[in-house]
Amino acid sequence: MPATAPPGTGQLTREQLLEGYRVMRTIREFEERLHVEFATGEIPGFVHLYAGEEAIAAGVCAHLGADDYVASTHRGHGHAIAKGCDVKAMMAEIYGKQTGLCHGKGGSMHIADLDKGMLGANGIVGGGPPLACGVGLTARVKNTDQVAVSFTGDGGSNQGTFLESLNLASAWHLPCVFVVENNGYAESTPPAYHQSGVDVAKRADGFGFPGVVVDGFDFFAVHEAAGEAIARARAGGGPSLLECKTLRYYGHFEGDQQTYRGAGEVEEVRRTRDCLATFVQRVTNAGILDAEDLERVDQDVRGLIDEAVTEAKAGPDPTPAEVETDVYVTY
Amino acid sequence: MARNITYQQAINEALAQEMERDPTVVVMGEDVAGGMEAPGEDDAWGGVLGVTKGLYPRFPDRVLDTPISESAYIGAAAGAAASGLRPVAELMFVDFMGVCFDQIFNQAAKFRYMFGGRAVTPLVIRTMYGAGIRAASQHSQALYPLFTHIPGLKVVMPATPYDAKGLLIESIRDDDPVIFLEHKVLYGTEGDVPEEPYTIPFGEASVVREGSDVTVVALGRMVLLAEQAAAELEREGISCEVIDPRTTSPLDTETILESVEATGRLVVVDEAGPRCGMAADIAARVAQDAFGDLKAPPRMVTPPHTPVPFSPVLEDVYVPTPETIAAAVRETAGREAAAPA
Repeated sequence: MPATAPPGTGQLTREQLLEGYRVMRTIREFEERLHVEFATGEIPGFVHLYAGEEAIAAGVCAHLGADDYVASTHRGHGHAIAKGCDVKAMMAEIYGKQTGLCHGKGGSMHIADLDKGMLGANGIVGGGPPLACGVGLTARVKNTDQVAVSFTGDGGSNQGTFLESLNLASAWHLPCVFVVENNGYAESTPPAYHQSGVDVAKRADGFGFPGVVVDGFDFFAVHEAAGEAIARARAGGGPSLLECKTLRYYGHFEGDQQTYRGAGEVEEVRRTRDCLATFVQRVTNAGILDAEDLERVDQDVRGLIDEAVTEAKAGPDPTPAEVETDVYVTY
Repeated sequence: MARNITYQQAINEALAQEMERDPTVVVMGEDVAGGMEAPGEDDAWGGVLGVTKGLYPRFPDRVLDTPISESAYIGAAAGAAASGLRPVAELMFVDFMGVCFDQIFNQAAKFRYMFGGRAVTPLVIRTMYGAGIRAASQHSQALYPLFTHIPGLKVVMPATPYDAKGLLIESIRDDDPVIFLEHKVLYGTEGDVPEEPYTIPFGEASVVREGSDVTVVALGRMVLLAEQAAAELEREGISCEVIDPRTTSPLDTETILESVEATGRLVVVDEAGPRCGMAADIAARVAQDAFGDLKAPPRMVTPPHTPVPFSPVLEDVYVPTPETIAAAVRETAGREAAAPA
């Protein structure tokens, strides 16, 4: 896995690059801000941050339209943002407010917006891959060219649901792409301990479809590999597996003391491989975007996140009567 | 026009008519086609008991055999439901819920609530339950109380061919996840069933026999046994009102309470176990809401708190019978058992 892949920027237009950067920067700012706000005690429940992994969500979802779907994980904020969910409504949801994307019924672990093809963050590790197969089945039966992407962590890749879904997607030749975000730890347990075989990607061989390892810090590498896998699925070529090697910058959850980490582990990656820093370096070196372009995005994103937090805090709580609504469509 | 057909035929007909009516209805499960891409595909099996026989040749693109992989395909059915299909997924035996329960109760059941009302999951899981064919501990359970416990799931358990067809069509057209339980002993029972499609609303109990002395609430196959007990008790001068709730979620408590108000006595017959089952649930509701009407303690007729045994001798002891039901009714009515002839 090269530390710096060839630029590859020539494949992408200026607009596409700006959009990729905007998505990654939005995720980073969203998560970094949540890290700060969570420490104040104002955010209820569990929050799992995606910071460090932005290139994956951005690189994959760049190829998806609103009627394509993603099934996400407990670390789902990045996927939701990259899939086009309303950032302010997401923040309000994380604060448990009525103005939240799920009206305060879901929280961080269940952010969903089916109108945007976001089939939900998921509190169950390995809960998502079968759902993605279902979307693939819908596309097949309705004869559309929709694609379903299942995001899973390295921990989730050991669940039976993941392996069963690889088999089902292959048996039914479904338009599914399984993206494994191998972020260094299944909660506190490293892949070297929990994972058989060197690469999760190799497991695809046993199911008869392509599996590739990608540098998950490299937006361009993810973009290219995901583009191939998604195009293949869309064209009726069946499923693929992408294993993106990455590292999460924060704990399994906010409040995790991370005593299991190596000293300086995150700092080293932030310094040498950070997806945003390497992206900036490459697009500016290539002369496609300049510092001003990027600073404009940074400013917009900072403003958006500031407003999102302010509005989320000020937003109304759900009314007590809402505890009993939305259980059934009819009863 | 009504004909006399079996419970199994009624289910098959409901599936065929709904697939005909709605191109988004998909039938999937282990062996539901029963030989896709096998040498004998032309005469595909249609399920282990042939309940879905004939659907695959008629709807080859929408009847799908699955790998033996319940987590994946039940989850896929949930994902398909959330993205625009109306899947009818078959879980061959309800006992297999253990290998896919997460996809049912953490995924499908919760989408609507967790997502703030902004999702529909029109999923039906058809599944076979119940003791009586010596299928032993892992193929004989009556696990419907576990589903009934989960908010977001509707739970349907028809006792007759007529109810099976009408409730299955209702289930397929409903926008919530429905667990549709078919008692394996009932598949061959016959009854009058209209040929045309019709629906039966959820949460409306059927008063299958009117009576004035004791209210007997029975579920699924137990309805038939309760009717037999009631016929015997009638000869002894005890008049039973037999109520079949038909759906355990939603549950028609009103009909039960009204009946108990009139009779003052309640017996609940449940093929599920005595702990945290429907019998306990219904008895508790009546005790809470109609205590003043009760002339005697509610009684529960259930199997013992054991796995379902294999030996015919033991299984016959395990399952409630018309005799054990009648004994409970006599006890609550304060009557001695009839002297042996």
